[in-house]
Amino acid sequence: MAMAAGSTSLGGRPRVQRPHLSKMERVVVNMQDPDHGVKMRSQRLLITVIPHAVAGTDIVEWLVQKFCISEEEALHLGTLLAQHGYIYPLREPRGLALLPDETPYRFQTPYFWTSTLWPASELDYAIYLAKKNIQKQGALADYEKEQYTLLHKKINHSWDLVVMQAREQLRAAKQRRKGDRMVILCQEQTYWLVNRPPPGVSNVLEQGPERGSCTSRRVQMIQSSDFYKREIECFRKALGRNRVKSSICLEAVVAPTKLRVERWGFSFRELLDDPMGRAHFMDFLQKEFSAENLSFWEACEELRFGGQSQVPILVDTVYQQFLAPGAAHWVNIDSRTMERTLEGLHQPHRYVLDAAQLHIYMLMKKDSYPRFLKSDMYKGLLAEAVIPLETKRRAFQFLWKPLHSSPSPALQLASGEPIAASSPADDQEA
Amino acid sequence: MCDQTFLVNVFGSCDKCFKQRALRPVFKKSQQLNYCSICAEIMATDGLHENETLASLKSEAESLKGKLEEERAKLHDVELHQVAERVEALGQFVMKTRRTLKGHGNKVLCMDWCKDKRRIVSSSQDGKVIVWDSFTTNKEHAVTMPCTWVMACAYAPSGCAIACGGLDNKCSVYPLTFDKNENMAAKKKSVAMHTNYLSACSFTNSDMQILTASGDGTCALWDVESGQLLQSFHGHGADVLCLDLAPSETGNTFVSGGCDKKAMVWDMRSGQCVQAFETHESDINSVRYYPSGDAFASGSDDATCRLYDLRADREVAIYSKESIIFGASSVDFSLSGRLLFAGYNDYTINVWDVLKGSRVSILFGHENRVSTLRVSPDGTAFCSGSWDHTLRVRKTSFHFAV
Repeated sequence: MAMAAGSTSLGGRPRVQRPHLSKMERVVVNMQDPDHGVKMRSQRLLITVIPHAVAGTDIVEWLVQKFCISEEEALHLGTLLAQHGYIYPLREPRGLALLPDETPYRFQTPYFWTSTLWPASELDYAIYLAKKNIQKQGALADYEKEQYTLLHKKINHSWDLVVMQAREQLRAAKQRRKGDRMVILCQEQTYWLVNRPPPGVSNVLEQGPERGSCTSRRVQMIQSSDFYKREIECFRKALGRNRVKSSICLEAVVAPTKLRVERWGFSFRELLDDPMGRAHFMDFLQKEFSAENLSFWEACEELRFGGQSQVPILVDTVYQQFLAPGAAHWVNIDSRTMERTLEGLHQPHRYVLDAAQLHIYMLMKKDSYPRFLKSDMYKGLLAEAVIPLETKRRAFQFLWKPLHSSPSPALQLASGEPIAASSPADDQEA
Repeated sequence: MCDQTFLVNVFGSCDKCFKQRALRPVFKKSQQLNYCSICAEIMATDGLHENETLASLKSEAESLKGKLEEERAKLHDVELHQVAERVEALGQFVMKTRRTLKGHGNKVLCMDWCKDKRRIVSSSQDGKVIVWDSFTTNKEHAVTMPCTWVMACAYAPSGCAIACGGLDNKCSVYPLTFDKNENMAAKKKSVAMHTNYLSACSFTNSDMQILTASGDGTCALWDVESGQLLQSFHGHGADVLCLDLAPSETGNTFVSGGCDKKAMVWDMRSGQCVQAFETHESDINSVRYYPSGDAFASGSDDATCRLYDLRADREVAIYSKESIIFGASSVDFSLSGRLLFAGYNDYTINVWDVLKGSRVSILFGHENRVSTLRVSPDGTAFCSGSWDHTLRVRKTSFHFAV
């Protein structure tokens, strides 16, 4: 059996590089939606008016609404969008940060989107810096000056090309309106802030060591017959596996603690107060065909604690479902209580069902509840219940300050003594 | 010091035709040979019977895969969050940063806790591996590896050694010594050898064996003493990025996740893949077993974390939110498994309610991506390491085991 090294996955689809970029783009596109996007306005910069600007605070607000997140999280997400160059501050960006105030921002043109992953070559950067130099009469930032000097040395042979290109681009730009020129300047500046971050700013494009190199385009990969035969074998085996129904597996994941299940046995009140206990009790009653008692009790609770406006509707519903002759879930109340209750229904208020509720409560408590505690179902729950680890150690771990340093296990081994587990005294923290 | 390694490309005599060509590594019965590209091509179509073509085999495999998904779906009669409706909601709780470990001069890539619940080993991009006392924040040991991007590190169960590796394609074990006269680097032992970067390593139940995962698409089990390869695990179609051993009571298996979007469960003794899951949409950066061993969680570049149940043989929960756009780099469960802590590439840590599927909390603080996250062995704290050069140890403020 043989296998060509590093075969691609079965589907043969290429890996999607940096999936977060396309997701960010989707957010930014949504932000620019004319109907549901961020509120746009025109921003006046000196004597020019720039359209389609948004305030930082509006961006944050939009994110809060759209994703139902806190302002802190929205500001964090907005900042990431800015750091990746998808939004830029309109007043000449020196850095890419999102300020949650009236500071104006605009959306980067897709031409410069990070996802294009252009190489952002040295030549391009040199041309950009040259343009800036010429325009601003040498007012480059310190780090830009350094880079400019370095590039001048490095690609000295192409320097004429650099300067010529720079001048050409500036000349072409002069043909445009002032507003467009300012915008393009900002867009370009943002692009280079992302691709050549200033010192101290982390490079958001850095990804770590290259992945998938064993299946990269550089090396031609062949799917061997053995690879597919092995896959087929694997799938055949998997098809033959015994699988357990989700409802059974997941019950174990949700299993309550032993203490909790025991509490249900302390009193009927304890059982009803715990939603999980109550749910299991309902399952038990369903087996005994007396679940309507608990449902009635729950409906009465809803009436007692619900909104005032709901009272008439609820009372009527309860009557139809539980008390009316021939009702679907008719509850067995003694005749006197039933008479009194039905009379009271003419003037419904939230306590009108109290007597009936109490009757059913006592019925369950005296009859169904003791049977539940003796049932196989309850015994099963006790047996499956979990005892969480470390519950006993908790008492000592309030504080976080060490009283003295605990010896490293490596030290104790060196001295030839048995390695003792650290005692509670060692673990005290303040 | 090498800054980046590439897949080993050898020029020499082909093992099959003996001509002098550029060679590629090829596996035959777990033995590595070097074939030239022509012989490799021929070998690919070796073993095809009449009426079989590579295309027909491929489509057969795909249709079986489809059938498997159908079978799995048939038994899925309830969703996890439905079953969890009867579980009470978690209250609000606070997780404050109690200690910040500063000392790495570069991106922190990996960390692990010692069984004594207070020591931590961490590794970084510049090759430094540091052992800290998380209570006092003192550095107890430091060693510099002869390579950059040390992406994997692990503490030995005894607390007496650490293992680490990265772009050197190896996993090395350093015994921890307090002897001032001894140089830690001198006692270094090279244990594992892969043909691409080391992405993850873990000791098994003893100091004697190490499990490794590599960018060469394989996992391997090694004997520390002799450096011998005990078992290798083939099946991933791309780089393997992470692995986790099953809790000791549940037997000899481990789970691995890779760039092929697959999470695979392996039998350590036979080397066979026992179960495979392919529902993520991008690289799986981290896998971690649920405390009971019946399930495991994964974190991926597709910005979701997912829970897979081994008995139901399928994915049972997805932890995602529209506002979470960046990949999850590292996941770990709280002691009881009720909470899932996940570190993301957007510098945050999101805490998920495993049963209900909702996010409980979001933690800020790191200034660059969170690359590694582990809960302490007693569950009272968790530590996160980040590309901002720091590690943060956070504690939960309530006192019962969650």
